[in-house]
Amino acid sequence: MSTAAAEVKIGQDTHHDEHHDHEQSFISKYIFTTDHKMIGKQFLITGILWGLIGVGMSVIFRLQLGFPEMQLEWLRPLLGGWITEAGKLDAEFYLALVTMHGTIMVFFVLTAGLSGTFSNYLIPLQIGARDMASGFMNMLSYWFFFLSSVVMMSSIFIETGPAAGGWVVYPPLSALPQAIQGSQLGMTLWLVAMVFFIVSMLLGGINYITTVINLRTQGMSFTRLPLTIWAFFLTAVIGLLSFPVLFAAALLLVFDRSFGTSFYLSEIYIGGEALPNMGGSPILYQHLFWFLGHPEVYIVLLPALGITSEIIATNSRKPIFGYRAMIGSMLGITVLSFVVWAHHMFVSGLNPFLGSVFMFLTLIIAIPSAVKVFNYLTTLWKGNIIFTPATLFSIGLVSFFISGGLTGIFLGNSVIDIQLHDTYFVVAHFHLVMGSLSIFGLLAGVYHWFPKMFGRMMDEKLGYIHFWFTFIGVYMIFFPMHYIGIAGFPRRYYSWTNFDAFSSYTDLNMFVSIAAIVTVTAQFIFLFNFFYSMFRGRKAPQNPWRSNTLEWTAPIEPGHGNWPGEIPTVYRWPYDYSKPGAEEDFIPQHIPLSETPESNLPHEQELAKKEVVSKKDNAGAEA
Amino acid sequence: MDKSINLKQRMAQSNTKTLSMHPLKFALWLFIVSIVMIFAALTSAYIVRQAEGDWLIYDLPVSFLRNTILLVLSSISMQLAYRAAKKDNFKSLKVYMVITAVFAISFLVGQYLSWGDLVAIDVYFVGNPAGSFLYVLTGMHAFHLITGVIFILIMLFSAFKFNVHSKNMVKMEMCTTYWHFLDGLWLYLYIFLLLNH
Repeated sequence: MSTAAAEVKIGQDTHHDEHHDHEQSFISKYIFTTDHKMIGKQFLITGILWGLIGVGMSVIFRLQLGFPEMQLEWLRPLLGGWITEAGKLDAEFYLALVTMHGTIMVFFVLTAGLSGTFSNYLIPLQIGARDMASGFMNMLSYWFFFLSSVVMMSSIFIETGPAAGGWVVYPPLSALPQAIQGSQLGMTLWLVAMVFFIVSMLLGGINYITTVINLRTQGMSFTRLPLTIWAFFLTAVIGLLSFPVLFAAALLLVFDRSFGTSFYLSEIYIGGEALPNMGGSPILYQHLFWFLGHPEVYIVLLPALGITSEIIATNSRKPIFGYRAMIGSMLGITVLSFVVWAHHMFVSGLNPFLGSVFMFLTLIIAIPSAVKVFNYLTTLWKGNIIFTPATLFSIGLVSFFISGGLTGIFLGNSVIDIQLHDTYFVVAHFHLVMGSLSIFGLLAGVYHWFPKMFGRMMDEKLGYIHFWFTFIGVYMIFFPMHYIGIAGFPRRYYSWTNFDAFSSYTDLNMFVSIAAIVTVTAQFIFLFNFFYSMFRGRKAPQNPWRSNTLEWTAPIEPGHGNWPGEIPTVYRWPYDYSKPGAEEDFIPQHIPLSETPESNLPHEQELAKKEVVSKKDNAGAEA
Repeated sequence: MDKSINLKQRMAQSNTKTLSMHPLKFALWLFIVSIVMIFAALTSAYIVRQAEGDWLIYDLPVSFLRNTILLVLSSISMQLAYRAAKKDNFKSLKVYMVITAVFAISFLVGQYLSWGDLVAIDVYFVGNPAGSFLYVLTGMHAFHLITGVIFILIMLFSAFKFNVHSKNMVKMEMCTTYWHFLDGLWLYLYIFLLLNH
C-alpha cells in the first residue's frame, strides 16, 4: 500500500531530480554531496592521505629498529620534543607511533579507505541504481568519518602525544592515565575518534546493505551480482554486527577511564599507590575487543578479494571459476569470522579446552580461503591474460593470500601460537595477509576503476614500475620478519640492543628497514600517477577493459543519477567472457540472451524465448 | 524535508521488481540489528563477569516494575495510534499519540527515580561492577529511548498537522516498529536483570 503511495510521489520527484543535476553549487557537488560517486572519491582521497601518514610513521619506527644507533636530530623540525636531547626517538613516542600506525592503517585506510571507497562507488553503479538508498545518510557517513579523522589527527599534535597502548588499547594500560603519557588525553581522543568512526561505518554499512537488497535493477538477481558486490555486501553485514560490540567495549573503557567504574580494573598498585578499583576483568575487554577485532580482519580482506575476483576474471578473459563456490566461501568466511576471536587470546589464561575449540574453528577458515585461492588460480589458468597494472596487483594479492595465509595455519594452532605470540612472526603474518593484501586490493581497484572515477586513464608504465617495486618490496620487508619472529624477537619493543639474544638480527633488521624505505618511496610513483592522470591522463574510452559489468554502460563521466535514461536491465551473469560462439570475447550483462543466439547454451535458448516478453516491456518503457 | 523527498525518489526509480520493502524501513531494521548487537555485547559481558565471582547481590527496586508497565502501556497506545492513522481516524490518532508520548516520558522519569532507589539501597555506578552494569544497561537503554521519544514527538507534531494518514504511513510504521523494539528491548533487559542480578 505504502509502495503505491510512494510511487506516485516518485513520478513527481524524478523530474524534480533531473533538473537538479545541472544547478549544483561547488559545495553541494564536491563537499556536502549526496552523490555516491563523489562520496566514494572523498573516502578515497582521505584514505590516501591517511595512508601517507600511517606509512610515514612506520618509516620512522623502522629507522629506530633498523638503525638503533642512528642520530635522528634531523627529524627534530618534524617531531620536536619527541626527539630526546641525545638525538634519539623518545621511547614512549615509539609506542605511540606503532599504536597510531596500527589504528590508522587498520581503520582509517583499510576499512574506510577501501570499503568506504569501493562500496560507495561501485554498489549503485554495478547493481544498476541511481544512488544509495539514502544519499543523506551516506553523506553523514563521510562527515562522521571526517570528524573522526580530525579528532584522531589532533591527538597526534597534543603535548602528551597520541594513544600509545597498541592499536588494541588493552586495559589496564589504556585505562590508567598515570600508566604512560599516551594514556592521558591522547587515549581519550582515540576513544572519541573511534566512536565517531563506528557511527560512520554503521551509517555506511546500513546503506550498503539496504541498497544491495532493495535497489537492484530489473533482472539483477543475487546470482547475477558481480562478486565485488557480494564482497561489499558481506563486509557491510560483518561491520553491522561487529562494530556495535566495539562500541560497547569502548563505552565501558570510557567509564573506567573517566568515571571511576571497575569494568576492566581490579586490585592495581601503581606508583606505590593502591587504586580503589575492585572486581574488574581486563580479559573481558579482550573478549569484547576481539569480537570486533577478528571480523575486522575480514572487513578489510573481503572487499579486496571481491575486487580481485572481478579484475582477474575480466583480464583473464574467462568466467570466474566457481562463481557459486566463491559466494559460498565468502558466506563461510563471514560466519566463521564471528566464532574465532579467542585465537588472539591463547596466552591470556584462556581455558585450554576453549582454546582447542577456537583453534579448530580457526583452522576451518583455511577451507573457504583455499577455495578462493584455488578459484583465482583456475580462473587465471589458460586465460588470455591481459597484464594491466590492476591484473598484476590482483595476482600479487593472491600471492600474499597464499604466503600470508599459510603462516595463519601456524598461528591458529594454540601450541605454536604460545611460542610465537607477540613476536615479529605475528607481525609478518598479518602484514602480508591483511595489510599488503588489502593494500594491493585497494591499488588494484584504483588502477581498474580510475577511468570510471575520473574519466581518464592512469599511466600503465608507471603502474608496472610501481607494481614491481611494491611487490618485491613487500616480500623483502615481511619475509625476513618471519625469521626474526621465530627467533623470538618481540613486537612493540623500542630497544632490543640490550639483549644479546637478538643482536645477531641487527643486519636482518637493517635490511628490512632499507626495504621498507625503498618500498614507501616507490609509492610516490603511484601518487604522482594518480594525481597527474586525474588532470592530464589519456581520456578514457567507454569500456577500457572490455568488461561486462553495468558501470561501463553508464556515461564515461556519469552525472548524479548515473544513467541519463533508463537504467539498463540485466539479462545474464557478469562473467560471460570468451563464450564459445560469441563474436567478441565478452558479453555485457545488459545484452539480452535473445540477441546472442550464436553463443547461448541450450538452457539459455529456452530462457531467451521467455525473455522476449520482458524485452517488449522494456522497449515500451524506453519509447 | 528535502531529504525525505530525495530518499523516496531514490528508491523509486523503476526498481519495482526487486523492491521488497521500503528502503528506509529496511534501514531501520538494520539499525535495530546494530542496537541489538550493543546490548548483546553488554549483557554477555555481564554474564561473563558475573561468572567470575565477587559480585554484589541486591534486590532490584520494585519501581522498575512500575516503569515496565508504563512502557508496555505506551507501546499499546502506539499500536492504537498506528491503527487510527491507518483508518484516517485523526481524532483518536492525536489522542493516542499524546498518550504514548506521556507514557514514554513518564517511563524515562520513572527510570531516573529508580536510579534514586538504587542509590538508596547502596548500589552505585562507581563500585562493584554489578551496580555499574545495571546503570550502563539502563542508561544505554534510556539513551536509545530518548531517540525514540524524539521520533514520537516528531510524529505527534505531524499528526497535528494532518501529515500522518493512510497514504503516508512509512514514517508512522517506522516509528511504531522502533518503539515496539525499544519496548521489547526493555522487557528483555528487565527479565535479564531479574534473572541475573
